[in-house]
Amino acid sequence: MIYPVTMRSGVISEITILPGHDKAGNPEPFDRIVIRPGDTLSIVGPTGSGKTAFINDIEVFACNDTATGRTVLVNGEIPEEDFIRDPSKKPIALITQNTKCLADMSVDAFLSMHVRARKMSDPAIIAKTIDLANQFTGEKIQPGCRITALSGGQTRSLMVADAILISNAPLILLDEVENAGIFREKVIEVLKDHDKSVIFVTHDPLVSLLSDRRLVMRHGGVEKILQPDGREVRIREMVARMDLTLCRFRERIRAGELLTEQGFPV
Amino acid sequence: MKLLIIAGPPSAGKTAVTRQIIRHFLGTKKCAFLKIDVVRAFEDEELREEFHIPARKIYSGDLCPDHTGIMVLKDALSWAKGLETDIFIVESAGLCLRCSPYVTQSLGIVVLSAVSGMNSPLKMGPMISLADVAVITKTDLVSQSEKEVFREKTKEVAPAIDIIETNAIQGTGLRFLMRAIDQQAEISDPATILLRGIPPLGVCTICVGKREIGWQNHFGVVRKLDGADDIFRGD
Repeated sequence: MIYPVTMRSGVISEITILPGHDKAGNPEPFDRIVIRPGDTLSIVGPTGSGKTAFINDIEVFACNDTATGRTVLVNGEIPEEDFIRDPSKKPIALITQNTKCLADMSVDAFLSMHVRARKMSDPAIIAKTIDLANQFTGEKIQPGCRITALSGGQTRSLMVADAILISNAPLILLDEVENAGIFREKVIEVLKDHDKSVIFVTHDPLVSLLSDRRLVMRHGGVEKILQPDGREVRIREMVARMDLTLCRFRERIRAGELLTEQGFPV
Repeated sequence: MKLLIIAGPPSAGKTAVTRQIIRHFLGTKKCAFLKIDVVRAFEDEELREEFHIPARKIYSGDLCPDHTGIMVLKDALSWAKGLETDIFIVESAGLCLRCSPYVTQSLGIVVLSAVSGMNSPLKMGPMISLADVAVITKTDLVSQSEKEVFREKTKEVAPAIDIIETNAIQGTGLRFLMRAIDQQAEISDPATILLRGIPPLGVCTICVGKREIGWQNHFGVVRKLDGADDIFRGD
């Protein structure tokens, strides 16, 4: 499977990360990390362990010129400059924790501006993007809503949908997607359906367990790479059920109910 | 000696970009710095203390900072040359969005902030169109789509400009700016340096202190509400 994005030099079949070093200068204990279409990775570790720096290295296509000394390759080579510098050719969308939409305009005007900047011609793309965003959030986004009036979860949902459909980025980097209160499982499912590669920086057990691989960070470097290969499936199913239970409680609390059951099935 | 002229609106991150340039070349090239500002500026003191480089400032006061820059640039080049400077960085105030302090034989850098609104490049004109490089800062704070739209609008004003997106505090993506500086030619002949464009008009009866409203009370450069075009004519 190859990415459906044609570029001057062809298509992207993989993105490779070559090791750098941790904060003390110790080399990272891996040969290379290869990301292919449809892969999901989560990056875990304590605060300050270098999780965000890792995805920033990918976003700027580091070539041994960042604090970590890592190098990022596309199809095994140093990418062409257009890939890195022209956002319409760049195969990566980064959605950071502090990313906001500052534009004070309606959702459909905002999206159509992006569509124009991308020189796309599909007239239905805006409605599709809003529909997709609405699958990620419980509070429906209306096309006429002001961007600045959207909740954190709605904004994050809209940006993920925009990255999938309008930016059409094959690799999406999501920094703490769980913070915004969006349907994480649905996001992961849709990203897989669209054959996107995703890297989650996360503290969330469910997001971590739903990823194919886990990078464990420590002191600014990758400490180890875990590949569960199905060994975590029992716990993953249990965590998914617990998550669903908590979601239901959350919805009932939001709806103003008292939760008076004397126990509950997980 | 290479000359860099940095312009951009207030709070766009001009000094953050300057810091990254000085830090990058520290130890290999000798930098000197001049700040042109209107009322108060602290950049010279900060940079001198942080990097131990020669740094100074000049206040334009009642004059347009661009006019001040043009007036003092020749003296400033001699000052920097006398210090055996390799890279001389001149940072302008950039207040009225009409500034265009770039000269020939220099690298003109406009610093724009991605959070200033997506139409802001369209409001600036020669500050962008006469620059060689546009450094767009704070791109970590806006959405992907806003970043892309900001870029398109900048290119609308200056189709051939070299656009570099960065979080200037972290210095991400600035390797392309450093490369442009590396490739920049040295000043060949200071006596032939010319301003690239025409600066905003800076002398009129309002500038010199007449405060009455209405064009009937002024002379030199006047403008009526109706029937005026963008070219101001003396009256």
